[in-house]
Order: sequence, then C-alpha cells, then structure tokens
Amino acid sequence: MSSQYDLEILQEIEDPTIRPKLIMGESTTYASLDDDVVGIIEGFTQKTSIAWYLMIGATLSVLTMLGGIVAYLIVTGVGIWGNQSPVFWGWPIVNFVFWVGIAHAGTLISAILFLLKQDWRTSINRFAEAMTIFAVCCAGLFPGIHVGRMWVVYWLFPIPNQMEMWPNFRSPLLWDVFAVGTYATISLLFWYMGLIPDLATIRDRATTKLRQGIYAVFSMGWTGSSRHWHRYEKAYLILAGLATPLVLSVHTVVSFDFAVSQLPGWHTTIFPPYFVAGAIFSGFAMVNTLIIPIRSIFKLQHIVTLRHLEVMNKVILATGSMVGYAYAMEFFIAWYSGNPYERFVFENRAFGNYWWAYWTMVSCNVIFPQLFWFKSIRRSVPAMLAICILVNVGMWFERFVITVTSLSRDFLPGSWNYFKPTTFDYLTFLGSFGLFFTLFLLFVRFLPMIAISEVKGILYKQNNSGH
Amino acid sequence: MDNNQNELPHLGLLAEYETPEALMAASEKVRDGGYKRWDTHTPFPVHGIDDAMGIKPTILPWIVLGAGATGTMTALLLQWWTNAVAYPFLISGKPLFSWVPSFPVTFELTVLFAGVTTLFAMLGLNRLPRLHNPLFEVKRFARATQDRFFLAIDSADPLFNDRSARALLESTGANAIDEVPNKGASLVPPIWLLQVGIMLAFASFVPLGLIYSSWESTSDKPAWHFVWDMDFQESYRAGEKVPLFENGMAMRAPVEGTIASGELFADSSFHRGVLDDASLAIPAVDRDASVYVVESPMPATMALMERGRERFAIYCIPCHGASGNGNGIVQQRAQKLIPLDMVSNWVTPTDVTTETVASQPDGQLFDSITNGIRNMPAYGPQITVEDRWAIVLFVRALQRAANATIDDVPAANRGGL
Repeated sequence: MSSQYDLEILQEIEDPTIRPKLIMGESTTYASLDDDVVGIIEGFTQKTSIAWYLMIGATLSVLTMLGGIVAYLIVTGVGIWGNQSPVFWGWPIVNFVFWVGIAHAGTLISAILFLLKQDWRTSINRFAEAMTIFAVCCAGLFPGIHVGRMWVVYWLFPIPNQMEMWPNFRSPLLWDVFAVGTYATISLLFWYMGLIPDLATIRDRATTKLRQGIYAVFSMGWTGSSRHWHRYEKAYLILAGLATPLVLSVHTVVSFDFAVSQLPGWHTTIFPPYFVAGAIFSGFAMVNTLIIPIRSIFKLQHIVTLRHLEVMNKVILATGSMVGYAYAMEFFIAWYSGNPYERFVFENRAFGNYWWAYWTMVSCNVIFPQLFWFKSIRRSVPAMLAICILVNVGMWFERFVITVTSLSRDFLPGSWNYFKPTTFDYLTFLGSFGLFFTLFLLFVRFLPMIAISEVKGILYKQNNSGH
Repeated sequence: MDNNQNELPHLGLLAEYETPEALMAASEKVRDGGYKRWDTHTPFPVHGIDDAMGIKPTILPWIVLGAGATGTMTALLLQWWTNAVAYPFLISGKPLFSWVPSFPVTFELTVLFAGVTTLFAMLGLNRLPRLHNPLFEVKRFARATQDRFFLAIDSADPLFNDRSARALLESTGANAIDEVPNKGASLVPPIWLLQVGIMLAFASFVPLGLIYSSWESTSDKPAWHFVWDMDFQESYRAGEKVPLFENGMAMRAPVEGTIASGELFADSSFHRGVLDDASLAIPAVDRDASVYVVESPMPATMALMERGRERFAIYCIPCHGASGNGNGIVQQRAQKLIPLDMVSNWVTPTDVTTETVASQPDGQLFDSITNGIRNMPAYGPQITVEDRWAIVLFVRALQRAANATIDDVPAANRGGL
C-alpha cells in the first residue's frame, strides 16, 4: 500500500531544513491534477470498471435487502427488532448515533480547518464531506423507521395538521430533528458549492455531448470569473463560519437526547463535549478507513500523502484521548457524586452483564489509538488502517454501551432485562452499510474525489513560496 | 444592451495567459486603461486579483445577516406561537415560553436560513445559473477551469475600440488573443418546452388537490388496514373473559390478604376512633357514646390546629359554614331553592357547636367524618387519618369559641370587642 511518494515524504518530514510538501511529485501541474482526478471519472479502465460493477452490485443487493426489511418493518412493527421493555432504544438508536457521529468529520475538515487555515485539508475535504452526507443519510434513516408508524412521521415537524396540535419544543428529540435536518442541509449545500468549479472542469474536459450537458447543468455555467470567485470565496468563508458552531451543536443536541432525560448513566453534563469529541474521533477514523484503499486504488498518493494521513492520526489520537478522559470522568463523577444509583450504573457498565461491550469499547477507543504516540505506527499505512477500523468498531460499541446498559437496568429492578438483538437488527445495520457504500461508489464514479480547484490553489502557493 | 449589438463583429476580446502573475499584471493595465466591462477567468481564486481588477467588496455578508436574523425571529415566533398561544403546552408548571429551551431550535434555524441564503445569494449575485455564455464559443476558453488564465474585455464597454483594446492586450504579453464570436441572440428555449413547462406546473396541483378533496370529504367505507399487527393486537381488557386462567378473568387479582402500601389500618382507636372494632357492627345511631375513644390520640399542637383549620376550610365549610354553625353556602342556597320547590327532603347541616355535638367524645366526631352520618357522606376515602384528627381538634376549637364568655378573652384584648 505504500508508494514511492510515501517513502519520499517520510524523508521530507524527517529533514528539518525543508518544508514538507502538501502535493507531491516533481511533474505535478494544474493539468496533471485534472488528469489524476477527473481522469478517474473519464477513463474508468476495464479492470476498474469490472471491479466497480461487482462492488456496486453487491452494495445494491444489500440496499435492496434493507428496503425489504423496512417494508416488512412497516407492516409488522418494531417488534421485529430486539427492542423490548425496558430497552426501547435498541440498535436503531445506537446506529443512528453511530452514523451521525461519523458524519462530523466532513464539515469539521471543511469548515473548522478552513477557518484555522489548515491547507492540508484541501486534499481530503471533498472526500470527507461526501462521507458526511452519506453518513447523515444512513443516520436519518434510523429515527425515521424507529418511530414504528412511519406514516405519521410528519408529526416531528411543526406543520399545521388536522389535529391542530404542535410539537413540543421543549423535547430534545424535536431539537434533534432541527439539528440533524439543518446539518444535512448545510453539509449538502457546502459540498455542492465546493463542487461547482470542479464540475465545470469536468464539463470543459468532456469529450461527449452527454457528459458535457449533464455536468454543464450541475456546474450552473461556472466560468471561473474573478468577480464570481470573489463572492464565492466570501460565501465559502461565511458558510465555514456558520458550519463551525453547527457541527459542534449537532452532536451536542444528539447528546441531549440522553442527557436531558433522568436516567442514571445518561443524565450528565459531560455528555455534549464528550459526544462531540467522540464524533470527530469516529469521523476521522472513518475518513482514514476509506481513503487509505481509495488513494492506492486510484493512485492519488501524491495528493493524499502520508503526511495528510499522519495529521489525521494525530487528530484521532487527540480526540481518542479526550474520549478516554470522558470515560474516566464519568466513573469519577459517579463515585464523587455519592449517588448510589449513578454508582451502580457505572459498576454495572464495567463489570455487569455487558462487561464485554464495555471493555471492547475501552480497548478500541482508548488503548489502541494510544499507539499513535509512536511515529512508526502513525506513519505505517497497515497499522493506521487496522487502528482506524478498530476505532470504528469501538465507537459503535460506545453508543451500544451508553444506550443499552443504562436502559436495561432502569429504576424498577422488576423490569430489568438483557437486550438480545434479533436477526433483523443485524440485517438493518448491515443494510445501512449497503446504503452508505452504494452512495459512496456512485460518488467515486461520477464526482471528483479531490477538491481540484482548491488543490490547484495550494499547488500554486507551494510552487511560489520561498522564491 | 443596445440594439446594434447583433451587428458587432464580435462580443469582445479574450486573452490567454500562462500564469496568475501575468494575468495580474495585465489586469492592472486594463484597469488603469479605464475599462469597466471586463473580467478575468481563472481555474482557482487568484489572491490579489481583486485589487488588480478593482473589485469592490460584495454585499453578500449583509444579505446573510438579514437572513440569519429572519431565521432567529422565525424560530422564536414559531416556538412562542405554537407552544404558548396556539396549543399551550403546560409542562411541570413551567412558563409556556422561556428563552433557554428555545435556544437549540433558534440556533439551528438561524444557521439554516443564513446558510441556504449564502449559497443562493452568491449564485444570484453572480447571475448563475447561466447555462449559455458566449465565452464558451471560444475553444481555448475550456482551459479557464483547468490550467490557463484568461482576461476578457466586453465590446459593450463604452471605451471599447477593437484596435486599441487589441493593442493593450498584446502589450501584456498574452499567449493568444481570440475574438468572442457573435452568434446573434443568446439561446432561447424552444416554445414547446415552455408549453410543457406550463402544463407540468398545472399538473403538479393535481395530487395536492386530490389530497385536499379526500381530506375534506367523508366516507362511509371501512378504513383500510395496512398494518394488521398493529391494528388488531392480541390483548385482553381487565374484566374480559379468557380461557387462560382458572377463574376465567383476564386480570390477575392480588394474592389474598394483600394490603396496599400504607393501607394497613390496624389500630382501631387511631384509625377508626373506637375502643373495640366489634362495636362497629352496631349501626352508628344505636351506638353508645362509650364505645368511642374519649380523647384524640394525636397531641393537640398549634401545627395540628392550623392543619385542621385548613382541612376544615376545604372539606367542611361548604355545608357547615366557617364558624361551624351549619349555615354554609350549600345551606344558604338550599334555603333559596326550597320556596321554588326545587329541593325536597332537605336536611339542614348540623350545627357542630351545639351542646349535643360538643358532648360527643372525640372518637365519635372522628367516626362521623370517616363514615358520614345521616345525609353527610363519608370523608374517610378523601381525608387522611391524621387530617381527620386535625379537623376534630379544630371543631373542638370552634365549639369552645361559640360558647365562650367574656372571661375567655384575655384581659388585654377585651377593649377590642
């Protein structure tokens, strides 16, 4: 998986006399960037085509299965899942929080890192934003089908209805509708806006009328006019400024779903920051998990360099440590509060029925990412891939631990129960991956994976600094 | 645009440059040449070109500010109107509208309005989407989104003169200078497209109309059941007959001898005011006063007296009146209704301050409150045991007050009478 660029950048990072490049390759020009990125869309070779069709065939079948399960769910009810008293929030909510957490990397990279003038973001922001939108799609699916009676799901929104009733604006579940809905909309607009100049590039390189026509419509007649760029850049800055508090608010509001309720194990003030750190942690891990194979399949190692991956790993290490701190702090507060119910919940988390889930979570999220303190591991592609996959697993378990262990031991010992997922739980979760990867494969096939115009700007800056 | 535009040989000149620096230098020259209708086209935003071209700051931020403020107000009004006015939500006695719980939705709607406006205002200010642009007619211009830098001067510029503009561009060291061909009027969509569009616009109202008409109409056909599992659930009502259990009842009765929490009334003198429960078998009117507890088992304290006054005010005053003389509001109303023949067999509420009642032992008063007497209903189920004793204590105070003499008033207060 490592290429000549990876070896080159390793030497550059080690040499303090040179500033390591963000875009590698002596012969990289604006035109060669277009060839490398747009070329993927234009010239799907026979080999990659067959692989692509096989893969999308597989993901589409999984997606179809998801459609079948949802249909069966509608006519049968949520009883097909393992949701039973007292664990009424089973896997669907676990999966919702899992996906919405993953969705945090894209806007973080495109907005916060933009405001912080982190130039390295340009190589991965498009990719991360796309992943964000697909993850939000998967996330939005779960609360929608979890309500059981999907035909009244419009009750979630403040629209006039025949009952002349309005939703309760004091419910965090309603805030969630607004937060996730706004986040999905703004992420999509942000992503689309970034795509406009690149779609124009594809349009202008197109060799067939059909491709030219389609990309012409979506690029809206972009000509790269400086007067347009002026407003475009201002708009990008404003959107970044708006998206920055937004991205922090979304998982905060998701955490309110838990924290505002009275259940021991949920009712804590640490939840908002802890959830946001966890979301960034899982999102970055997912970006790395996906981009590592993609950059080697499509030969993008000179644009998404080992240095980019290393910086991502540092963010994973930092957020992973924050998450570890939050885990420790939850235990400390449970002891320090002197609240016997709170204490019981946390003892039960670590040593109760679900000890296996808790310790899977701790090892995947706290212990393994600490290996990134070592330079050699942080820069080893197989090692980081393995750790990032473990982080993804661990973050799913985190949501499982929070949701299920607290609920299964609620206030009435008489109703305590052990949550058992059904086959449909497994298949629904698998189905959400079908949705995610179908969208992802379509993205790889039809849209530029790298923000070309931004990378060109970085390339210009890189070639013209130090002269 | 003037009418003779179609007669112009071309719409302007387009110069191509290799690097942003060359374009920047050329821009400064064109700007200093006094041209107004011209533009540069680059594959990525070139920093510093705004100054080189003399582009003024955009008003976009102000539009976004307005949209954001609209979002804030919309959210606040929406939450206040829906939850405090149109459909008041009373939750745990909290105010119908307050700022803190309104914050998340207000924040999200502010960002939503501002963000959506940012993109669409940017496109609008840029006059996009514009699918046809005369510049696209120049083959070379395709590289404007790839790797070349262009400068275009519009022939509609008042200063434009083919020869001088060309000379100016040549002096900037352009790679190439092209004329933007004049292909006549810009692309007009064919008329059938317009007709189809209008028809589709009208057709889009059909589903809405159908929904509205079915909403407004009634039907005597049975409802459709899409979800049988939910519409026909296997469950029993509490009193229903079921074959599952021996006694055939769906509801499971508690184990025999079960006593609900807090309802073990074992102490006959405290809970029932009698010395021996056996005496309760005799009807109340035939009972001898000696079967009752003489004195309340609860010590007479000021707190108990206050409690008794409060409970008396709630449960007893309507009939017995504030001083216990039996002239409560119910009695007064009955006196008004009796001459109208609207009440018959009226039994006047007892005056609890009379010697008859005052001579009864505490336990008898307690029993009367608990089980009722004559027309008075039983208050046992409504008033707790302790509160009933508190009322007894207060009734004693009323009796004392009703039969008081001047000697009962402290000497210091007698002047106030």
